[in-house]
Amino acid sequence: MPHFTKPAEGSWTEHYGIDTEPVSYEDSISPAHYEVERDAIFRRTWLNVGRVEQLPRNGSYFTKELDAARTSVVVVRDTSGVVRAFHNICRHRGNKLVWNDYPREEVKGTCRQFTCKYHGWRYALDGQLTFVQQEDEFFDLDKSDFGLAPVRCEVWEGFVFVNLDDTDTTPLRDYLGGLGEGIAGYPFHRMTQVHRYRAEIGSNWKLFIDAFAEFYHAPVLHAKQAVADESRKLQGVGFEALAYDIDGPHSMVSSWGGMSPPKDLSMVKPIERQLRSGLFGPWDAPDIGLDELPPGLNPAKHPAWGIDTFVFFPNFMLLVWKPNWYLTYHYWPTSYNTHIFEGTLYFVPPKNAYERLQQELAVVTFKEYALQDGNTLEATQTMLESRAVNQFPLNDQELLLRHLHATARRYVSEHLERQSATTPVQISAVS
Amino acid sequence: MPDLLPADFADLEPFADWALPTEGARYAKRLASSMDELQAFYDAAFPRLQAAMAYLEQFGMDALPDDGKRLLWLFGALVTVSFPVEVWRQPRVPDSGASAIEAVVEPAI
Repeated sequence: MPHFTKPAEGSWTEHYGIDTEPVSYEDSISPAHYEVERDAIFRRTWLNVGRVEQLPRNGSYFTKELDAARTSVVVVRDTSGVVRAFHNICRHRGNKLVWNDYPREEVKGTCRQFTCKYHGWRYALDGQLTFVQQEDEFFDLDKSDFGLAPVRCEVWEGFVFVNLDDTDTTPLRDYLGGLGEGIAGYPFHRMTQVHRYRAEIGSNWKLFIDAFAEFYHAPVLHAKQAVADESRKLQGVGFEALAYDIDGPHSMVSSWGGMSPPKDLSMVKPIERQLRSGLFGPWDAPDIGLDELPPGLNPAKHPAWGIDTFVFFPNFMLLVWKPNWYLTYHYWPTSYNTHIFEGTLYFVPPKNAYERLQQELAVVTFKEYALQDGNTLEATQTMLESRAVNQFPLNDQELLLRHLHATARRYVSEHLERQSATTPVQISAVS
Repeated sequence: MPDLLPADFADLEPFADWALPTEGARYAKRLASSMDELQAFYDAAFPRLQAAMAYLEQFGMDALPDDGKRLLWLFGALVTVSFPVEVWRQPRVPDSGASAIEAVVEPAI
C-alpha cells in the first residue's frame, strides 16, 4: 500500500517509459566499457569542477585532475574577472604547467601569470603566451600561435563546468535542461561555509551514484545509526519517494524528511536533542532571503518534503535540503573499478559557536554514513566482478539507477557507432 | 601547566587533550581510544555543553579568544565521540571495515 501517490501507470518506472526487466551491471565491471566511457562520456559532457567561491579574486585559480578524461585543467579568474579553463600543459615541451611538489596533486592559489617550472615560459591569465626564455634561439616563433589550449568553461548558478569536446556547441544551460532551469535562483551563493570530504573508493563510479540515488537502502544499511526503536520503525515503513523526474540524461528524486526537527524528540540521540541538528542538517533553518522555493524544488508540493536529489549526468549530484543548506557529490573515475569520491556540505556561515557546532554534527553524521556506504560498495564491486550472477531485479524506487546505467550505455554505443562510421577499422562493441 | 580552557570550565581541564583543531584529529583520537575513555570524556563534557555554548555566544565567530577556540574544539570532539557512546558501543561505525574518508576542506575555528 503506497504512502504517496504514484502516476496513473502504477509505477514511476513505467510512467517514464523505462523497462522493468532485471538489469546487467556489465557496464560497471568491464574494463573495455570503461575505456570507451572515458572518451564517450568524460570527454563529451559538461563536468562540474567547482564553485565560483573558489575563485574569489582576479588571479585566483585551481587545478582539477580529470583522469577519466585523460587530462588536467586549470581554472582561473582572469584580470577582467572572466572565469576561464585551460588544459594544464605548457606549449613548449608538454610539461604540466600548474602544480606544486606532486604533479598529480590538485593545487589552488592566486597569481598574476602562469610560469612553467621547466623552461620558464610565461602565460597571461587569458592564456596568451607572454614570455619565452631565450626567444631568439627559436625558429620564427610567433608567440600568438602558442597560447594555452583553451577548454570550454561556463558557469551556472555559481557552479563552474568544463567541457572537453570542442565540437559540441550545446551551452551549459541547455545541457542541464529543465531540471537545472527549475532550481535556478536558489541562493547557493549564500551558503559559503564549506566542508569537503574525499575518499578513494573501490568501485565503479556509477555504483556510488546508485547508492545515493535511491533511499531504499537507508532504513537497512544505516539501521545502526539510529536509536533502536526508531530504527525498527524506519525498517517497517521502508522508503517511498514523493516524486521522481527524468529529463534527458539527468534525473531527480524528491523525498520526505521528517527529521528536522523530528516530531518526537525520543526518536533522536541525546546529542541531536542538545544541538538541534543531525543528518538532515540543523533544525533551525537560517534566513536565505527566499519567499518561495524555485518551482523545481519539492515538485510534488508535499508538506512533508525534506530533500531533493539531482543527478546531473555524468558525475555531479546536487542535494537541496529543506533547512536551507545543500550538498554536492562528485565521482571521479580512476579505473573501471576505482574512483575518487568528493562530498561537500555548504551552509550559511554560522553566527556563533552554537551554530558552528550544529553544522559540525550534520557534517560528521554525513561522514559516518558515507563510511558505511563506501565499505558496502567495495563488497558490491568484488561480487559483481565474480559474474556468478548477472541479472539483477530493480524496484520502482531504484528508477534513477536504471536511467543512469542506460544513459551511460547509450553514450558508449553512440560513440562506437560514430567511430565505426568514420574509421575503416571495425571496433568491437562492448556489451 | 597553564590553563588551556576558560576559567569557568576548569572542570574540563583533565580532558583538554580533546581540544584538537581539526575534525580529522578529533576522529583519529576517537579511534585510538577505548570505550571507557570515550565514556569518561562524554560524561564530563555532555552536561557542560549548554553552558559552554552560552559562554561562547558572547564572542563572534571571528573574535574567539584562544581559550574559547580550544573550548569549541573540545565540544567538537564531544560531537565526534557522541556516536560511539550514545549508539554503537564501539569507536568505529559498524559495517565500515577499512573504509576511510578524510576532510580536505574545513572552515577553521
